[in-house]
Amino acid sequence: MSKIKKLSKESFPLLIKKISETQHVYGPVSQGKRISYQRISSADELASDFIIPDMSAKSFVFPKIEKLFSYTKNKDGVEVQDINLDNIPHRVVVGIRPCDAAGMESLKAIFSWDPSDPIFETRLKRTTFIGLACNQADDYCFCTSLGGSPGDTKGSDILLTKTDTGDYIAEILTSKGEKIVTLAPDLFQDVEGDLQKEKFLANVPKRFDNSDLQNKINAAFNTDVFDEYAMRCMGCSACAFVCPICACFDIQDETKGSKGQRVRLWDSCGAKLFTLHTSGHNPRETQGARWRQRLMHKFSYMPERLEVRGCVGCGRCSRRCPVDMNIAESLNQLIIDN
Amino acid sequence: MERNIYLPYRMKVAKITEEAPAVRTFRLEFLDPAEAENFSFKTGQFAEYSVFGEGESTFCIASPHTRKGYVECTFRQVGRVTTALSNLEEGDTVGFRGPYGNTFPIDEWKGKNLVFIAGGIALPPMRSVIWTCLDNRKDYKDISIFYGAKTVNDLVYKHELKEWEERPDVNLYQTVDPGGETPEWKGEVGFVPTIVEKIAPSAENTIAVVCGPPIMIKNTFPVLQKLGFKDENIYTTLENRMKCGFGKCGRCNVGKTYVCKDGPVFTAAQLAELPNEY
Repeated sequence: MSKIKKLSKESFPLLIKKISETQHVYGPVSQGKRISYQRISSADELASDFIIPDMSAKSFVFPKIEKLFSYTKNKDGVEVQDINLDNIPHRVVVGIRPCDAAGMESLKAIFSWDPSDPIFETRLKRTTFIGLACNQADDYCFCTSLGGSPGDTKGSDILLTKTDTGDYIAEILTSKGEKIVTLAPDLFQDVEGDLQKEKFLANVPKRFDNSDLQNKINAAFNTDVFDEYAMRCMGCSACAFVCPICACFDIQDETKGSKGQRVRLWDSCGAKLFTLHTSGHNPRETQGARWRQRLMHKFSYMPERLEVRGCVGCGRCSRRCPVDMNIAESLNQLIIDN
Repeated sequence: MERNIYLPYRMKVAKITEEAPAVRTFRLEFLDPAEAENFSFKTGQFAEYSVFGEGESTFCIASPHTRKGYVECTFRQVGRVTTALSNLEEGDTVGFRGPYGNTFPIDEWKGKNLVFIAGGIALPPMRSVIWTCLDNRKDYKDISIFYGAKTVNDLVYKHELKEWEERPDVNLYQTVDPGGETPEWKGEVGFVPTIVEKIAPSAENTIAVVCGPPIMIKNTFPVLQKLGFKDENIYTTLENRMKCGFGKCGRCNVGKTYVCKDGPVFTAAQLAELPNEY
């Protein structure tokens, strides 16, 4: 259903204004050195000239802390109050990067694996993603090595590509995208001919050949490669938290007085406690075993069980790693060795 | 709207049985009769049990699916949630989410001999399948139960062991680790695999089910193989740390296999295919 329109640089802020009349709008905002997705009321607040926000957009559909239900304890027992999915807001995220948008498909695969998770499904259904194609990249970006691209439309409802004049090429991709257009149809101009969006995209060189990646990583399972690479890993979990797809979670109760709530929290397979049994036995005893789990999950188990990869090549985990572990480098080494 | 998959049923602790030091069995009954009516499970499945304000813990359902209206769980007080559970009294409310996971294929076992081998706190998952089979006794041929614990005091379900001992249609072999016996102890003394080897149940037309600590399982499989059991006829249950119970939280997988969705029941043949991450 892809339709191509033009959105002039003057029309873009008007579109944001129009959307924010009825829905909450979020976008990448600069906060000193940090770029993060924040609520905005005008296009002026959006950051410009950046590679990628520090955190991914996954928290729109999978928040750091998600209330699952609440409870009240009294002398007669416990009352449980279910959450109301109607309270999940309709939101529009402007300027999500194509890699982050593509990651939504992998998240969806995780959360819709039977039984489907209604909280996630509702959040995803009520979020509209207006992507912004990348016109710059850095050495950590490797989307093209995993089948993505700086102009990938996957996961976006509308994808904008900024041209050299500052105007945007707008690809209307889904019915949610159409709905945005109907809010302000006059702002979107018809176009004739090919606007050659590729001209305006960043160049992201391929860092490895993914054609046999799953077999190669399976073949590496019993080798020392994971132990060796993870020697310096501290298990800090930063990689999992910045990842647009890492969705492993913990479930905890938070109580204050007689009231409380059960919550789902981001967790990470890199943490030692993650799999520790009560008996003291730990099936993934070493940091190497945990690094192997991280890579195997993304590049072998997910493709096998869910038919999607667990990585889109955004490079955040490598950018944020305090000991400079680099996932693309580790994969490249695996591919060469096996 | 479909039910919130994280929302537990509220259950009343209907009965507490002290089994062994720090080990208790809870009988749980649904507070909502409609939920009780719609609930069903099959032997082998597990659930998430919770104390509101403390969190959830994963245990098997220790009662047989042939007995309706309640579920039972047996746990040892070790961590935060099991300590909170231990502090509850009859009449208190707990959360229960489930059932999850696969089941023992008891229909496929019809017409066969059954050998159950359990160690310590691993009798609970086996108790469910033992009672399910005993409640359909005519479907199976000889039923033998091997059960061992560290000491006589650590044996769980003492009253049921007595019942099985007295039944003419059950062969019960009890053992305690050397040093764990009392002057009155009439059972065997020795580790479970040793006793299995000594009694040497026939592998002919027989299914073996083994549940216990990893060391016991590791040492029992070779004994069974030596007795002629094929890996496809040896069953066990895996236990890994879990949070969700339905394949999302990312903890329990052994390679590409999820204990919560593909298990917890596996054959020795299936285990042989898994990486050593359990």
